[in-house]
Amino acid sequence: MAATATIERGPIDRVMTVRERIDPARRITLMASAIVLLLVLLLLVFIGLNGVQIFTSSGIPFAAVFNTQWLPGDQFVPGEVSFGIFPFIAGTLGVMFVAALMATPLSVGLAIYMAEVAPRWARSITQPSMEVFVGIPSVVWGWLGITILVPFLSHNLAGIGFSLGFSWFAGSLVLALMILPTITSIAYDAITSVPAEMRGASVALGTTRWQTIRHVVIPAALGGIATAVVLGMMRAAGEALAVQMVIGNRPVMPTSLTQPLTTLTAQITLDMGNTVGGTPWNQVLWTMGLVLLLISFGFVLLVRRLSRSRQVP
Amino acid sequence: MEIGKRIAAVAVAGALFVGACGGSGSSAPPSVAGPGSVAPGSVGAGGNCVAGSIIAGGSTALQPLVDAAQKAYTTGCTGTTISVQPGGSGTGLTQVLSGGFQIGNSDIFAEEKLQPADASQLVDHQVVRQGWVMVTHKGVTGVTTLTSDQATQIWTGAVTNWKDVGGPDLPIVLIIRPASSGTRATFKRIVLGGKNEAAGTALTEDSNGAVQTAVSTTPGATSVVGFTFYQSNTATLNALQLDGVTASVDNMGNGTYKLQAIGHMYTKGAADGLSKALTDYMLSPTVQNGLVKTMFYAPIGTGPAATPPVVVGPSSPAPASPSPS
Repeated sequence: MAATATIERGPIDRVMTVRERIDPARRITLMASAIVLLLVLLLLVFIGLNGVQIFTSSGIPFAAVFNTQWLPGDQFVPGEVSFGIFPFIAGTLGVMFVAALMATPLSVGLAIYMAEVAPRWARSITQPSMEVFVGIPSVVWGWLGITILVPFLSHNLAGIGFSLGFSWFAGSLVLALMILPTITSIAYDAITSVPAEMRGASVALGTTRWQTIRHVVIPAALGGIATAVVLGMMRAAGEALAVQMVIGNRPVMPTSLTQPLTTLTAQITLDMGNTVGGTPWNQVLWTMGLVLLLISFGFVLLVRRLSRSRQVP
Repeated sequence: MEIGKRIAAVAVAGALFVGACGGSGSSAPPSVAGPGSVAPGSVGAGGNCVAGSIIAGGSTALQPLVDAAQKAYTTGCTGTTISVQPGGSGTGLTQVLSGGFQIGNSDIFAEEKLQPADASQLVDHQVVRQGWVMVTHKGVTGVTTLTSDQATQIWTGAVTNWKDVGGPDLPIVLIIRPASSGTRATFKRIVLGGKNEAAGTALTEDSNGAVQTAVSTTPGATSVVGFTFYQSNTATLNALQLDGVTASVDNMGNGTYKLQAIGHMYTKGAADGLSKALTDYMLSPTVQNGLVKTMFYAPIGTGPAATPPVVVGPSSPAPASPSPS
């Protein structure tokens, strides 16, 4: 009887042991998620509240913020002072989209090469190079941009409009180089996660490697590749320093790739140290931050949609 | 996600590395030398070290001088740490008000930037005169001086070619500071007579390094930089006279060169402890007759009287003495 009881208790003991192992893990992970969730919520509330201060506490009319004229002042004088943020929004979106246009073909091509074509030795070179690429700080990119790219443009391409060097194009090119590794690494993951059976089936039908890549691998990984591009664009939208150094920071609506423009992040960096908290000028910087957050939210939603369409039958 | 994770790890490591470098570059290391190790004459505190740790930050125009002075002061002192940080005059004023800095360095009077109630909490220590100079790209030959009127026409965008002011047939490229900058506010008030810069056709750069690079690499470029900064970049920048007066320490001291402003070190309430020791030291003959001159500032005792300019706005603070002009 005693022996039976021990045997009956045995499995229960083992179940308890496993639970004991799971429970701390569950507690830790739950706590970690709760903390992160709380941080995100607090951040949202904080930036949201600060972003609307210019309307609620300073009483600046919407028309003075949502326009194209950036004529800031320490005090708001209607008709004379205007906190128009459209040039910054347009600049951010413009620089970002052109950067993505430049970086996408190169990085998707590189990802396909690394995943499908490269021999082992070539991969052992490209992969660490990508990692080094990511490790280059943005200030160094900006520095290279202002000492090499900008003078190159103004000296050699003044004929086609780059008389200043500081330009939309320069900003987008520097950003394209910065987001190249981001897009490459995520696209690489998407491509390598395409099941080997699909490639095998394709090759068994007698297709060439290029046909397999083009008609099987890329369609299957398309959702992931699109996610990679969008994440790259998010990084581009948030980058401040490198872009600020080469775009000339001219607060006007973007007109041409050869002309200077400005971005949300660049203007926040330029003005945050020198404006006093509680003034409309300082509050409009928070509004710009809020707009940037909303842009990045839009991208998160887009990424989630794209990830859902990732599994192609 | 293997490659992604590895890349992220490298990125984090890189960011930490840069952060660490930036941190050590902007804060002064505590002095470890004993009092006996310093030759007579170079002892800043004169043996009367005030122990403590303070941050003096703000104006980048004033930063080189304050940094050199704190190095001289803390040499031979143990337990005295003075950290000098950049950020701009606005940062200096807001941070000293909020208690982030013990001393706020500024090119402008607190009354010009802060609400009267806030400005009245700060005590002004006027330590030096600092000047700015208009500079051009080396290719702008034949222009050595601009009158205030010409400068105003250039900076407001009315004149857009150097040939209109005696130079070559070359478009003028304006390089300005952000509208919130102390340098820009000073130039706008003294030279432009309060008129707005042509920001829609200019380039905006916020640091001395970025301005120097932009001016030296952009044909036809012009901008405004501090004396100290110009003196260390004479090979790549041309300096212009203002109204026929050369931008020199002597002309700033005797008041004939007008593009100048007081360097302020603000404390919240009366200065005490190490803050008082540093502001006193800034005014001592050692600094006023030594560092100030070698670094192209002018002693505070010379030149025109310093009073806050009249602030435009509904709630103008009353300056202690009547304002000139």
